[in-house]
Amino acid sequence: MATVIKPTTTPAAAPGAKTYSAATQFAPHPEGLVGGNHDLATLGDKISDVSIQITPTPRAWWLFFLVGFTLLQGMVVGVAYLLYLGTGVWGINQPVAWGMAIINFVWWIGIGHAGTLISAILLLLHQKWRTSLNRFAEAMTIFAVMCAGMFPLLHMGRPWLFYWLYPVPVNFAAWPQFRSPLCWDVFAVTTYFTVSAVFWYVGLVPDFAVLRDVARNRLQRAVYGMLSMGWRGSAIHWRRYEKLYLLLAGLGTPLVFSVHTIVSFDFAVSIVPLWHATIFPPFFVAGAIFAGFAMVIWLAVPLRQFYGMKDFITDKHMDFCAKVMLGTGLLVSYGYFCELWMAWYSHSIYEWDTTLQRVWYGPYAWAYWVLILTNTLIPQLLWINPLRKNMYSLFFIALSVHIGMWFERYVIVITLSRDHLPSSWGRYAPTEWDYMLFIGTIGMFITLFSLFVRFVPMLSITELRELLPHAQGGRDGHAVMENAK
Amino acid sequence: MTTTPEDGTAVYGLLAEFDTADGLIDATRSAAAKGYSRMDGYSPYPIGEVADALGFPRSEIGAIMFIGGLCGATFGFLMQYYLNGIDYPINVGGKPMFSWPQFAPITWELLVLTASLSGVIGLFALCGLPQPNHPLFNVPQFARATRDRFFLCIEATDPNFDLTSTRDFLDTLKPLSVAEVPE
Repeated sequence: MATVIKPTTTPAAAPGAKTYSAATQFAPHPEGLVGGNHDLATLGDKISDVSIQITPTPRAWWLFFLVGFTLLQGMVVGVAYLLYLGTGVWGINQPVAWGMAIINFVWWIGIGHAGTLISAILLLLHQKWRTSLNRFAEAMTIFAVMCAGMFPLLHMGRPWLFYWLYPVPVNFAAWPQFRSPLCWDVFAVTTYFTVSAVFWYVGLVPDFAVLRDVARNRLQRAVYGMLSMGWRGSAIHWRRYEKLYLLLAGLGTPLVFSVHTIVSFDFAVSIVPLWHATIFPPFFVAGAIFAGFAMVIWLAVPLRQFYGMKDFITDKHMDFCAKVMLGTGLLVSYGYFCELWMAWYSHSIYEWDTTLQRVWYGPYAWAYWVLILTNTLIPQLLWINPLRKNMYSLFFIALSVHIGMWFERYVIVITLSRDHLPSSWGRYAPTEWDYMLFIGTIGMFITLFSLFVRFVPMLSITELRELLPHAQGGRDGHAVMENAK
Repeated sequence: MTTTPEDGTAVYGLLAEFDTADGLIDATRSAAAKGYSRMDGYSPYPIGEVADALGFPRSEIGAIMFIGGLCGATFGFLMQYYLNGIDYPINVGGKPMFSWPQFAPITWELLVLTASLSGVIGLFALCGLPQPNHPLFNVPQFARATRDRFFLCIEATDPNFDLTSTRDFLDTLKPLSVAEVPE
């Protein structure tokens, strides 16, 4: 199915930017995955010119960056006050001892998972369309995991003792308790962050070499040259590189499942009604990918709009993202149904009572219905084809998913507010310090992502070049699977 | 050591420039058929056929990552059992000290971690990176190896290398240019 894509080779919101178009006129890409009229050189220039500061920085970039940087100050203040007074500044207490710290942790780490899905799983599945998205989606993963890591670290109360979580041989002779899912979580998140960062960097090395060779001044040449490690594109190096890339994708795929499975074990290994459920691991993984694609859409829309990256992130890509979001959204909705069904069918009065508290007469029943509205009902709009093509509606539906996924974790955590002994019932409300830290991490994410867009190739130049058809100098799709030996 | 006839500087090799990937593949195959063995192709993206023609059909990365992952997993598993079962035994819910299913998640995470890190370190070690400078960077047109040109370099250490005859051979491959690479 050939889609004709309008050439959009000028960064729209950057007046004075040059136009990127090859001298020869090429036929449109047969699968509609690359728009514009590019050969190897123009494709690389369009992406690298942003990093080497030829493309004028759009005003919107400053807006994003300054808003993000301002919000980031909220985190600085929030953390400072927390360290000064202790975790009592948050709304947590018995019986809801986890509160926003774990809600935000799971929310952020879930958002991160789409990056690994795009870069690793879709690579193994030969999905060529991943090529335009993987770089910034992996950046999203790394930044989201950094934001996620803040919460358990600070929730410990004495974050400077975080090394107690690792088996460090120190003189108090106590070791971590390896039979606890919370300990598994430490290893899972640490591994996930490290492997994601390494995978991202390995992908970036040839692109840094591109920047080194087009650098406009000594500083750029030195910095990008250092980061590229002197990569020179040798065929022997490429062979090793591709094998490594494929194997990292092969390890990243089960890794991403294991990480969110372990995150769900934080709940599911306990015996709290509605937490102790076998549906939790797959349900959490689907939710993570659902949330992550919403964030990919949120990031792709401004890149298309302000940096004119519609050539590479075409309407087709947005359509695919929307479809993945719809599909995973249905899986998540199945999870909600399954929870209700199992509670009823099990004839466990504790499960059923907790369910009724959650959906009907508990103090937080409204949150459950917000969740159903935003995560199950509103995403059904994605069945309508024009709404998947319209950036405003996609942006709105992705917003709905962000809210919904936050409420999903809220609803799970708030289950603790009512158990089966009314004397131990309690209410939970986040304080301003909870919100300040949450908003602060959003600021951190925006700040880091803005800097990434400005200084690092936001799309993978090397892989997009391979994606170009033969006539345009490419290899007609990424050949990693065939050539990795 | 081969030196240039003009000023006697050492030569790293002869660098031929091509404008398509297929040109580089054909050139590498011809050079291999001609008996050259110390050579390398350079391209802006991976081309498996070039590595095949260079006689490098399989990389070592798979073996490295397998061994790395195996070591990490073994170490991770034994570490958990030793620390929680022997050195400081903790009874959790009456489970046996050797409760291996509960050691599986961390074993797996350490497998992934060590396999990935050994793969990346292995890649850079085998490729001799980081190496910020290289004789090839002395040739101005080589900057386009990361852009839109494809290069074949026959190195001076090749037993069949001879400045004149190798250049004549490279000229028969219809390159865009042939350059001497100063050491």
